[in-house]
Amino acid sequence: MLGRLTLHALPFYSLIALGGALVTVLAGLAVLGVVAWFGAWRYLWQEWLTSVDHKRIGMMYIIMALVMLLRGFVDAIMMRTQQAVALNSQGYLPPGHFDQVFSSHGTIMIFFVAMPFLTGLINIVVPQQIGARDVAFPFMNSLSLGLTAAGAGLVLISLVLGKFSAAGWTAYPPYSELKFSPGVGVDYWIWAVLISGVGSTLTGINFVVTIVARRAPGMHLMRMPLFTWTAFCTVILMVFAFPALTVASALLGLDRTLGMHFFTNGHGGDMMNYINMFWMWGHPEVYIVVLPSFGVYSEVVATFSGKPLFGYKSVVFATMAIALLSFMVWLHHFFTMGASANVNAFFGITTMIIAVPTGVKIFNWLLTMYRGRIRMVAAMYWTVGFIVTFTIGGMTGVLLAIAPVDYLMHNTTFLVAHFHNMLIGGALFGYFAGYQYWFPKATGFRLDETWGKRAFWAWFVGFYLAFMPLYVLGFMGMPRRLERYYVPSWQPLLLVAELGALTILTGIICQIIQLVVSVRNRAALRDTTGDPWDGRTLEWMTASPPAAYNFAVLPHVHGVDELALRKESGSHMNPPGIYHDLEPCRDIVVPNNTGAGPLIGALAFGLGFAMVWYIWWLAILAGLGIWGLLVMRSFDDNDLHVIPAAEVERTETGRLSAAAR
Amino acid sequence: MADTIVLKAACASDGESLHLQGVAGRGGATRILGRRRGGRRRLADALGLCAALALSGCGRDQLPVIAARGPIALAERNLLFTAAAVMLIVVIPVFVMAFWFTWRYRASHPKAPYKPHWSYDWRIDMIVWLVPAAIVIALGYLVWTKTHRLDPYRPLVASRLPLRVDVVAEDWKWLFIYPGQKIAVANELVFPADRPLSLRLTSDTVMNSFYIPGLGGQIYAMAGMQTRLHLRADGPGSFVGRNTQYSGIGFPDQYFAVHAVSAASFRAWVARVKHAPKTLDAAAYAALAKPSTRFPVTYYSAYEPGLFDRILHKYTARMRAPVPPPAPHPGGN
Ligand code: HEM
Ligand SMILES: [Cu+2]
Repeated sequence: MLGRLTLHALPFYSLIALGGALVTVLAGLAVLGVVAWFGAWRYLWQEWLTSVDHKRIGMMYIIMALVMLLRGFVDAIMMRTQQAVALNSQGYLPPGHFDQVFSSHGTIMIFFVAMPFLTGLINIVVPQQIGARDVAFPFMNSLSLGLTAAGAGLVLISLVLGKFSAAGWTAYPPYSELKFSPGVGVDYWIWAVLISGVGSTLTGINFVVTIVARRAPGMHLMRMPLFTWTAFCTVILMVFAFPALTVASALLGLDRTLGMHFFTNGHGGDMMNYINMFWMWGHPEVYIVVLPSFGVYSEVVATFSGKPLFGYKSVVFATMAIALLSFMVWLHHFFTMGASANVNAFFGITTMIIAVPTGVKIFNWLLTMYRGRIRMVAAMYWTVGFIVTFTIGGMTGVLLAIAPVDYLMHNTTFLVAHFHNMLIGGALFGYFAGYQYWFPKATGFRLDETWGKRAFWAWFVGFYLAFMPLYVLGFMGMPRRLERYYVPSWQPLLLVAELGALTILTGIICQIIQLVVSVRNRAALRDTTGDPWDGRTLEWMTASPPAAYNFAVLPHVHGVDELALRKESGSHMNPPGIYHDLEPCRDIVVPNNTGAGPLIGALAFGLGFAMVWYIWWLAILAGLGIWGLLVMRSFDDNDLHVIPAAEVERTETGRLSAAAR
Repeated sequence: MADTIVLKAACASDGESLHLQGVAGRGGATRILGRRRGGRRRLADALGLCAALALSGCGRDQLPVIAARGPIALAERNLLFTAAAVMLIVVIPVFVMAFWFTWRYRASHPKAPYKPHWSYDWRIDMIVWLVPAAIVIALGYLVWTKTHRLDPYRPLVASRLPLRVDVVAEDWKWLFIYPGQKIAVANELVFPADRPLSLRLTSDTVMNSFYIPGLGGQIYAMAGMQTRLHLRADGPGSFVGRNTQYSGIGFPDQYFAVHAVSAASFRAWVARVKHAPKTLDAAAYAALAKPSTRFPVTYYSAYEPGLFDRILHKYTARMRAPVPPPAPHPGGN
């Protein structure tokens, strides 16, 4: 009846696992309790979960990312603490637990922090930046969110029922095959990745079409703001890269569930096929993760320097070059597999070539600041902190691209330091900058600056304390994923790294305080103008938060930095509408909310859960349910409604008079 | 017992390896790698030593990668240093500009120039593209030549023939088969310091990565596949080797002792192994291959011929196909 699921799945085997499960369950109950307390079920369902408004979807993505960041960080601090104490001893974690922790940490951070964060930012910002009312496929957008949430849910529930994978976030076979990992852990990983991967692919398709087809009149490709450009490259990468991951993890699933032999030891299986496919997605993935941050920095640095971005065309070209090249380097993740020198040298050189456009971007950001009038707000702190930190990570990345150096440093903590250098100092800092920058656009009030800067300093200092020691530990020969060790001289550095993780913790606490303080002071932090930063691009022409239709009248675009142009010509506050462009308001058609997205997400969660535990009847039911909902949705003709021109007019005049005050 | 190996190699508390290492390397004949290495090596050694001393009380052996003790490790490390130094050409300006511009052009600075429309200058654009490109071209040249020169498959040229060892990764231990000596050893790799090592590797379990930080880079060991690695020590000394690819709960303990010894000691050691009571017959191999941690160093005075190839072909052979004859092993005995 319940497949492999028995009472043994409950985590009574260890206090720590039990604690984790209890915290997860209690946190879930607490959320439900709060919703029930405020009687907000209907509001939550009607206004948020079923919403097809890209701004709300974007906010839900970011909320998911922030919650999962907390979970991923708990994992991180557990690992740091384990390694700080596990000299000549088992440490405080039961054997094998550390392995689940690094696997869930990596999986969560990549798939359920980075991906939803960047998808959320793209959702909120891109349609507004290109002067569109919505994305191309609003329902598909809601479906993507549902699928991503289903994947995150599977990772979360693995803490309560069964154990998570111990095969790392990469799940390399043959270790991840049934023979060596017989439990449900790898299946959790497979299904979380499969389901959320489909969500990401759909997001990619949605935004490729949105950016290609929904730009406002006059917005040529070479007039698109840089965040839109980087988002464009990102979503193209998603469309092309994610299928490789889907195939690799699905084949691994076939091996495990149906006893096939794609990647097994023997019977014609070949693990290197998995590893190649994984990184054919995996390397583009690192650019999927970091390019949107590059976009954020480009916007932030231009706005707060009060200047257009230096060398717009250069930066656009560099972005496209990075996107293209990112498909030609995947082999650098396994130089040590014994490929010929020609192969390794080729991939080493292609990898290094990416450093050129990346370096160009760094200089262009710096040159944007040159002779600017820089307002050092929190978003700018993240940006400058990024430039410094990312440069170090870029340098160690180029080192690892030299195959013989990689022979030496591969699989050591040097590598761990390098990729955190890029993921934290590159990607995450950018998401935080974007969060700080676009928060008023999404919510209508700014975030507290002081707490934002405190958070920055703690993250910045904490990052260096936590990861610089790992570079040195790499030179000391310490491998990654190490549960315990016998070399006393590693411990001092691991203690410093622990201190760094604690410093990052204070940064996270600052961010929580920042959010609370800002919500409390929201009246004082209110943004009535829609343009709190003296911005340069179209999203600052809408209200904060924008109306459901974003733009009452679609703007006509005349150049890069359209809003800055309008401000100069004094036309942006043209009555009767900020951006009426001398056209009257018309009726606006917007899509209806639909429950199909979240319901399909819930069923996908059920499907994944059933497949993990071999509960076949549930899997079949869930699969049929998904199919049925999709059919129903496609026959639903009542999916649009009209906002009458008069109402649009009313909203806009109300907003203008508020802004004028 | 495993602990003591590590401590000994890591801390060089026996003094022997420290001493030997000071003598070694300078005069060693490594023809393919070490052109012009005297001066550069001394400088880099000094840097490495400073770093080591600054970081820990125990000395340079704590940093096997920096204090490289074999020509391969040394060449790889020097490549790392060289490339890092070349990259400083862009990294330092970035740091300077980041701090300087942030300070100089802050809005609260009353006298800083402000050019709200300046956003392009083709000369600067050229520099910004060409300088990184030039650096990458230089590094690319380095990558191409060094990747070929340091190819782990490339036999090392030395005055004496290499010692062949066949390496098998097990859960969670290492088996070393000496086809020339007809002996096998678990968890200990001993070789004469005056001869290069010529390794063939495979795995009888999940993917492993074979790594001796002091001697040189790593290579994967995969079931059904054979990889090669050539290493060499500057002189006698002890090292720690290990698997660096996570392979299950025994992974933390999957390290082994490495001893580069004099030719005479090596002969004595082989003789000792040959007198060991155990042989690696099918039963002994089955016991060895069973997953276990902290497998003690074990000497086998003999093994069943063709063992390595049998392990290899266990995973490649089709059902019931005959096992092909063992492939001739290039280089050395
Ligand atoms: C916030 C502070 C963070 C800390 C203290 C931290 C710490 C760690 C530690 C200790 C490990 C294990 C290293 C080892 O294998 O020896 C690790 C692995 C990893 N981390 Fe983080 N991390 C942090 C943030 C992030 C972020 C933001 C990301 C991605 C966006 C990330 C992605 C990863 C990945 C992919 C792995 C590899 C997991 C594996 O080995 O399978 N981490 N991290
Ligand atoms: Cu890569």
